[in-house]
Amino acid sequence: MERTKEVDIQDKPKSREEVVISIKGLKKSFGEKDVLRNINLQLKRSENIVVLGRSGTGKSVTIQCIVGLLRQDAGSLKVFGNEVSEMSDKELKQLRIKIGFLFQSGALYDSMTVRENLEFPLTRILKLTDQAEIDKRVEESLESVGLLDAIDKMPSDLSGGMRKRAGLARTIIVNPEIILYDEPTTGLDPITSREISDLILSIQKKYKTSSIIITHDMECARLASDRVLIMNEGEYIAEGSFEELHKSNNKTVAAFFKDIA
Amino acid sequence: MAEQVVIPGWKKWFENIGDQVWFFFKFFRNIFTGGFEWSEFVRQCYEIGYRSMMLVGITSFIMGVVLIVQLRPTLVAFGAASMLPRTLSVSFIREIGPVIIAIICAGKIASSIGAELGSMKVTEQLDAMEVSGANPTQYLVVTRILAATFMVPLLSVIGDAIGLFGGFLALNLRDSMSFQLYFTKVIGSLAFTDFIPAFIKTIFFGFAIGFVGCYKGFNSNKGTESVGIAANSAVVTASLWIFVIDAIAVQVTSLLFYN
Repeated sequence: MERTKEVDIQDKPKSREEVVISIKGLKKSFGEKDVLRNINLQLKRSENIVVLGRSGTGKSVTIQCIVGLLRQDAGSLKVFGNEVSEMSDKELKQLRIKIGFLFQSGALYDSMTVRENLEFPLTRILKLTDQAEIDKRVEESLESVGLLDAIDKMPSDLSGGMRKRAGLARTIIVNPEIILYDEPTTGLDPITSREISDLILSIQKKYKTSSIIITHDMECARLASDRVLIMNEGEYIAEGSFEELHKSNNKTVAAFFKDIA
Repeated sequence: MAEQVVIPGWKKWFENIGDQVWFFFKFFRNIFTGGFEWSEFVRQCYEIGYRSMMLVGITSFIMGVVLIVQLRPTLVAFGAASMLPRTLSVSFIREIGPVIIAIICAGKIASSIGAELGSMKVTEQLDAMEVSGANPTQYLVVTRILAATFMVPLLSVIGDAIGLFGGFLALNLRDSMSFQLYFTKVIGSLAFTDFIPAFIKTIFFGFAIGFVGCYKGFNSNKGTESVGIAANSAVVTASLWIFVIDAIAVQVTSLLFYN
């Protein structure tokens, strides 16, 4: 049974219409607070979805449910057709190799250099042993985020933008099919934010990844989104392209776009 | 984001015990499953063992000196000054050395593990490891607990030797005794039943220090304040466990060897 599921995760046909994440009626509460009330979402292959919403509306909780960091209370959450809540630890580990997760802070392991941070998933998850191949993949990955010069630096020596780029390099080094971005541009200056947004877009084109991007940065949403979802009080209240939502008459939706020309 | 739920104290206490038991089984399961992280284990042995050596050495030396200075007037009053090496060695090897060194290690090692893992949790490094498909228990917990279990007994043996040497120097401040005579008396007054149970209990001390440090760090809340709380709570809990283990060890040793 376990074996069949592992094969399912790896061997799905890769058509652009294929739904890689399917969420129906997702609910999650913490104590008496309903954080996710009714989440419905379908992410297709090579699609970038941007989720906008006020802080505390459950955006991060949704993507934490997708990678199995949190378990939903009700509803269905399927990744590559497999129900996440029914997966064993082994199946979840197998699934997580296919999903990259970029944390808000970059979440670099601060006792390791940038090189060691990138080597970590290669040696522990992909179990690579050939040092030449490891070095090649580390350098390729850092080059694609423009951070090759910082290969032997410690995370504490990097700026906020460099940390996020290093985090992104660590995320893409295992060639994930889906990348979940948790506020990738928060805390960065406008120029660096723009660079990160461009990077997200170029990674999607280069690696054909599907992405869910949680952000408050409207420029990032405009640049990187194929589709935008607006989240309010634990559910998606609007969906469409950036331009469509820009013209929306809904007060909550319009509030996000009011400073956009 | 998550609302704070008010849980009754007794329920929280039982939940905490359950969590610790689960953490304990997770640790054991991860020793034998998957690959062992040798390089991280060696690094932790260096961090925990070598980097604590100076502190343990200085403390043990001072303890040896202080014990001789304190014991001397009493023994001299009974005309038993020649018993000083024997009294020091038995008390130091059996009890004072292992317990004091373990307390020092709890302060240094448990707090540093608690703070390190706590800050890794705050900065989402533990989550990052988990979602990448790696096993944080195997990489972070197993290596640290085993390193503490191996290194605290070693530190204790080294600390014992340094403490006895401190006693020799203190003895020669007021009296005169050759190095050879002092250590002949020290070794002659010790039996395996003094050394072995004391050594065995330091293995448990080391395990408790590593386990508590890892548990507190791993289960800290997500806030900068919780890093300090994890470190502080690790020291307090590990120190308490050292005394509990010591009390049990003394009872067991008495039953097995001294009755």
